[in-house]
Amino acid sequence: MVKDLSVSLCGIRLQNPVIPASGTFGFGLELADSFDLDVLGAISLKGTTLEPRYGNPTPRVAECTEGMINSVGLQNPGIDVLVSEKVPALRKVYSQPVIANISGFSLDEYRICCAKADACEGIDIIEVNISCPNVHNGGMAFGTSAESAADVTRTVKAVCRKPVFIKLSPNVTDIVAIARACEDAGADGLTLVNTFLGMRIDIARRKPVIANKMGGFSGRAIFPVALRMVYQVAHACKVPVMGCGGVASARDVIEMMMAGATAVQVGAENLRNPFACPEIIAELPYVMDELHIDSLKDIIGTV
Amino acid sequence: MKEVRFTILDNDPIAANTWKMKLSGDTSAICCSGEFVQIALEGKFLRRPISVHDVDWETFSIVYKVVGEGTAAMARMLPGDKLDILTGLGTGFSIDSCQSKALLLGGGVGAAPLYQLAKELCAQQKEITVVLGFNKADEVMLVEDFEGLGAKVYVATMDGSVGTKGFVTDVLRLKNIGYDFFYACGPMPMLKAVCESVKGRGEVSLEERMGCGAGFCYCCSIQTKNGPRRVCKDGPVFKKEDIVW
Repeated sequence: MVKDLSVSLCGIRLQNPVIPASGTFGFGLELADSFDLDVLGAISLKGTTLEPRYGNPTPRVAECTEGMINSVGLQNPGIDVLVSEKVPALRKVYSQPVIANISGFSLDEYRICCAKADACEGIDIIEVNISCPNVHNGGMAFGTSAESAADVTRTVKAVCRKPVFIKLSPNVTDIVAIARACEDAGADGLTLVNTFLGMRIDIARRKPVIANKMGGFSGRAIFPVALRMVYQVAHACKVPVMGCGGVASARDVIEMMMAGATAVQVGAENLRNPFACPEIIAELPYVMDELHIDSLKDIIGTV
Repeated sequence: MKEVRFTILDNDPIAANTWKMKLSGDTSAICCSGEFVQIALEGKFLRRPISVHDVDWETFSIVYKVVGEGTAAMARMLPGDKLDILTGLGTGFSIDSCQSKALLLGGGVGAAPLYQLAKELCAQQKEITVVLGFNKADEVMLVEDFEGLGAKVYVATMDGSVGTKGFVTDVLRLKNIGYDFFYACGPMPMLKAVCESVKGRGEVSLEERMGCGAGFCYCCSIQTKNGPRRVCKDGPVFKKEDIVW
């Protein structure tokens, strides 16, 4: 049983399509002692901003049925530490592609951070999180309008030679319109979806569980909605899509790929099972065999 | 960190709403007192972090309070049932920080991890005094266990039904206990009071709502005097002087 798990993202070869999603795998090194990171297709690093950020007050996490809410608030050491310390340290133990995930609260911040990530040798792909609030526009998230999503894309593309993937928010009325605007503005690819805005209340304390009241809902529960969005966007756009949202098994990976994803990110599942990615990768050839799939490339967008 | 399938040997109530569970399986990843495990429960998305109460080569025990659906489900489990557990999590107590006389301060179910600590200190022939605080008599637990190790044990209860009336810090005011290092575990208000009023060097085991439990999701970060730290990985045990209250 020789199965070809490899895929190509903008000319970059991934030995398999399974990627831990940003924010659910730290800066990679945190898990280096737990399993061989080189089995992964790629790693998407924790979201990074220009300045170091402590993030939100705790509790930052809430249990939900088949999922969880998080409100970490982009805790990170800043782009300079990412490119000078985190990435070089990861590169000592890991040789597959690295995806830097960049966040910003202004177009300037996106531009400066992405230029620094682009100049960092150990980084292969730049993923831009546009779910952050724009401090110059009343705090409305960049990713909630086609115009501001395109603005970020143009700004970043002007300073990057490496492939740029825009990570889309699902908290919008028409994700296809925003995906198309990013593609038209020059995005090399799209990652979708980010988390869904959610909330839980502790009914005994009569207070929100999360200190910041609301947070991003993710986990198995969102899979059908994420899959639907991947399907719609992949069929409306020509650029490659990294599918993300509720993926927890090799079957989910194949389903996402049939919907149109070229690569698949695993997020919240890592938090309940730190070995989720290597387990899914090990399971893939068996599921492919069962479904008479020889190469994963053959199933992308076939539904 | 190691993922292990354990078999429950015993699961019995030891105080009001509080249970002790003994599990059999590969305990090799558990290396010191103050560490915790993450327990996967049917129907729950996130694992439940619980500190190690006692460990040997083939078994380990936890003491847990029923506080929600997850721990209520655990209390219904029977000997022979299996649990998928991540072991070897967290940075525990530093037993070498104590020269010869240790003071252990436990509040409620926070007394549990101090037992393994006491065992390790005992193996180093250190003199141990334990002060345990509870709300009322039916919550009092583990006193005989600590005494069995040769420790001197004081109890405080909020209603005065057992031992000194008040907090563990009230015991310290009334009794003249000699120590060169203290270790504390319990609810956050108790730990704050301990760090503010107990003299000398010490360590406390903090509580925070966790996600992964293994240091990569950053859900349980706290601000310390050395910058942000993850309770699950850099802690849960922190030096008294590093904590920002």
